[in-house]
This record gives sequence, C-alpha cells and structure tokens, in this order.
Amino acid sequence: MTITDRPVDNGVNVQALLGAREALSAAPEAAQFTFRAACTWLNGTHSRSSVAGFTGLGAEQQHRTTYEYDVDHPECFASEDNGATPVEYILVGLVGCLTAGVAAVAQHRGIQLRSVTATIEGEMNVLGILGADPDIRNGFEAVTVKFAIDADASRDDVEALLAQAQKRSAAFDIVTNPTKVLVELA
Amino acid sequence: MIQTTAVVIGAGHAGLAMSRRLTDRSIDHVVLERGEVANSWRTQRWPSLRLLTPNWQTRLPGRLYAGDYPDNFMPVAEVVATLTCYARLIGAPIRTATTVRALRAAPDGYEIAAGDDLLRARAVVVATGACTLPAIPRLAEAVPPGITTLTPLDYRDPGHLPDGGVLVVGASATGVQLAGEIRRSGRPVTLAAGEHVRLPRTYRGRDIFWWLEATGLLAERYDQIDDVTRARHLPSPQLTGTSQAVMTDLNKLAAQGVRIVGRLGRITGGVAQFSGSLANTCALADLKMNRFLNRADEWATASGLDHELPLPHRFAPTRVDPRSPLELDLRSGEITTVLWATGFRPDHSWLDIPVRDRAGHLRHDGGVVTGAPGLYLLGLPVLRTRASTYIHGAAADTQALADHLHSFLSRRG
Repeated sequence: MTITDRPVDNGVNVQALLGAREALSAAPEAAQFTFRAACTWLNGTHSRSSVAGFTGLGAEQQHRTTYEYDVDHPECFASEDNGATPVEYILVGLVGCLTAGVAAVAQHRGIQLRSVTATIEGEMNVLGILGADPDIRNGFEAVTVKFAIDADASRDDVEALLAQAQKRSAAFDIVTNPTKVLVELA
Repeated sequence: MIQTTAVVIGAGHAGLAMSRRLTDRSIDHVVLERGEVANSWRTQRWPSLRLLTPNWQTRLPGRLYAGDYPDNFMPVAEVVATLTCYARLIGAPIRTATTVRALRAAPDGYEIAAGDDLLRARAVVVATGACTLPAIPRLAEAVPPGITTLTPLDYRDPGHLPDGGVLVVGASATGVQLAGEIRRSGRPVTLAAGEHVRLPRTYRGRDIFWWLEATGLLAERYDQIDDVTRARHLPSPQLTGTSQAVMTDLNKLAAQGVRIVGRLGRITGGVAQFSGSLANTCALADLKMNRFLNRADEWATASGLDHELPLPHRFAPTRVDPRSPLELDLRSGEITTVLWATGFRPDHSWLDIPVRDRAGHLRHDGGVVTGAPGLYLLGLPVLRTRASTYIHGAAADTQALADHLHSFLSRRG
C-alpha cells in the first residue's frame, strides 16, 4: 500500500454524480432518458449504425460528435467482415459499462486505480442461430468477464468494487434480466 | 363523539409500548385495535414462525424477559401471550374489535372514524405494523391459471399446499424459512433469490443479535445512515429462530435439495425467467456478511474480549450452481404453487391526510410525520434506528416520540 497525501483521482466527477442523484430524485421526469441509435443496411450482412443524440434531463441532448459503427459478420460466415459482429458490440457495451462502474465506485470509495484491464468472452453455439437445433438458444450460453485491477486497496475491497460495479451497471442488468423488446414496421 | 388527548392505532408491541409511555406522562389516550391485542400475530403468521431475535432481547418498556430460556426464540403463540400479558400489566386503555376506517385533520387535531365511533384527538400515533399487506410484484398477474398462488400471510404449513413443486419467490428470512419447511415436507422447491442479507445465527459462540447489538450496529440512527431509504427496504436477514443450525442460508437450502435460481425477472407465455446475476447477488451478500464479521472482530479486540470468545473464522462462500436454470415453464405441471415471499408493506390507506411523497410513502422524520403536527408513526423498519425493525427497538422509539408528543401538547397549551 502506498501512503500518499494526493487525493484519489480516477477522473470521475463523483460530486457531480451525487448531485445528479439528489437533483433527479427531486425531479423524476428529468431522470427519464431515451437512448437511440439509427441503422442503415449497406450490403450483405454489413450495416452502419450511428449514435448522435439522446433525450434526457427534460431536453434533447447531443453527443460531442456523431459516432458510427460498422456491423458485419466474419469471413468464415461467408461475409466481408467490415466490422465487429452484433454480439461483439454487446460484449463491448457490457465490459465498457462495468469498467466505467469500477472507476466511478472506486472514486466514490476513495480507491486510487493504477490500471484496469478486462477481457470478456461470450460462449455461443451457432447451431442455434442456424436453426439446426431447437434446444440450443440463439444467444450466449454464458458470458465471462475477467478483470485485472491494480489499485491502492486490499483484494477484498477490489472484489467489493467489482461486485458493486455489476450491481449498478445498466448493461449488466440488460444482459442478465429479461427486457421487453418491440420490433415494428414504421 | 369521543374526546381524548391522544389516540394510538394498533395494539401490537409498538402501540402497547407507546401506551405505556403515554401513561407514564399522564397523557390521556385510547388504543384502537381492529381485532385483539397482537392481532397480526394471532391471524397473519404461519404457526412454525419464531421471532428472529432471542428472548433476552425481546424487551418492552418496563418489562424484561423473565422466562427460563433467554437464548431461545419465541414461537408466535408465546409472542401473543407475552403481548397480551404486557397489555394487562400496563393497563392499556384498549378498544378491541375497532377498525379505524379514516383519519382526517380536524380543528385542533384529528378526527378518527373507528368502528361505529367518531373520536377527536390532538395527537395520533399510527402503530398498525409494517407487515399488514403482502408486497407482490406486478409480474404476479402473469402466473398462468391453475397455479395456486399465496403469500406468507395466507400460508399455514406444507400440508395445506397442493401436491407438486413450489416456486418460492424471495430469499429473505420468510423466503428461506418457508422454502426449507416446504422442502422438508418432501416437495420439490425452487427458490428465486434476488438481493438478500446473509448472516450466521451464531458467531464465535454468540447469537448474531448479540453481535449486532454489542457492536452498536442496531443503535445506528436513521439520520446517520448513509442511505436510509435503502436501509428501510433491505430484505430481512436469512435467519431462523432456532439454535439448531448456524446457517439457514442458500448453501443450506441447496444441500437440502432446494433449487436456487436468480431473481424472478419476468413471466412471459407462462414461462418464468430468472436473472443471470445470481452469482453477483450472492457475492454481494457474502461481502456484506464478511464486512460485518470484520467489524465484529475489530470490536471484540478493542473491547478486550478475544480471550473469552472462540477464534474468529469465516464461512464458506455461497456456492452458485452453474447449471441453475434461467427459465422455468410454469405450464409444464412441475410447479403447482407460487409463494410470494417478496416482502410486506404497511396499510395506511385510511390515512386521509396529504402527507405522502411521490412514491406514496408517508413523509416523516424519525416517526414525526412531516406537515401534520401531532401525528406519529411507529413500528416500521429503521424508523429511528436499525433496532426499530425489531420488537425491542420500540422501547427507545416510543421514549423519543412520547417526549416529542408531550412537548407538542405543552407547546400548544
């Protein structure tokens, strides 16, 4: 353990988050957010999605810039591999959300992080999506995330950090719990 | 019209304790009770239930446990007898079989419609209990027809259930006790476990409630707790009122053959879907338990008790079966009963006074209702301290609130 007088700084503005929690509890309509993405089919299994704005705090909000994502399937699926597969984006979303949570919870608990790396794996039997075996589901059978965290804290505290990051993660909730999905024709 | 200075609604442990405090302060009052003393204990508790707190801790104002078994846990019938005896001891002015239908603001106080009577009082103490109604999630509506559903308020014993498998939803004290009891009757049991509180019955030779009290945890005040809303909504710890087993946790249930699954997230097309977050839910409960045991050990060392207590140790982590299913088809015939051990809530529907927050909870400051001078709440979880959740907590709570009530009456002359 390093003894230092420097304040813990993981680059997370915890005061702003705590302020938001208080302000939004008093004005619940502002806490209602809608996140959006738009997708255009290009060719084959290749599509491009963009994320530009979202609704929240009672107003329309814009990202600093429009983010674009190419989605495709790999060559071994007879596709052109112009981008990550949809399920890999889900892994990216999940691990990104957990990592953000680790940093935020560490900041709140006064734990200085030195490095955080993670690998995430989703196991999938593609006989499901190929419709070859009705007993096999389309999606992941299991997802495994392995974090390596170097921080000024005991192993118990880092485990607690990781558990709390899961507890407060939107992506973790979306992946682990059922979500109602409506797909309609415009 | 009956005029009195104060009205206490509910003759359970909290209402009776308040009556005693008011009598001590010579405050003229009436206790209104919908049934008999300890009514919910008489009519809404399953027979095998015992208090989670040991007998020595079941203290009421002016009455300590004087029986021969301080380390045992009171069965429901003994709780009823204890409270009935206490009501007589303190000479509580109770009107039984008098259901309160409405409480309204009136000039100089409150008007209470109770039974066939109308009462006027300057102060009212609501002590109607925290467990009057079952809290059932909305997804219960999607349980397919033909399945028996019940709550712990209706449950009696496994013999009253239809044959077949039982899905117990919720892993609080109630959920684990009923899952275990039903499993022992030979039925297949699945327990859906969301966030839960794991604690051992005993640690280092002492009951866990001894530790909770000795370390000062139960005395933590509502206005000093970091997130009191969360503390007030925590599930009860996975304990059973028995010294037979150190743990009545998920590991114990799994060893008995109970199938543990994640939180019930949705029922769609008759299929129950469970959360995949069970491993983390269990990890959180283990971490929280160990955090308390660390605090207990530190306290024991600081108090110089290490030489008279057995050595510190830790319990095996909760084992999560990787084959635990994410889905269960409720139409397959495997499950014939769903038991909602998903918590309870108070019934304040008769309170006709605008004192609720956006979520419908009564706004109060440690039991002093906000915006309704002279109106008080009692007997709710973490009302004033963490002990408020338990019977003995009413002693300090009624002391503080009776003082407040007394000075409220004096101020108004």
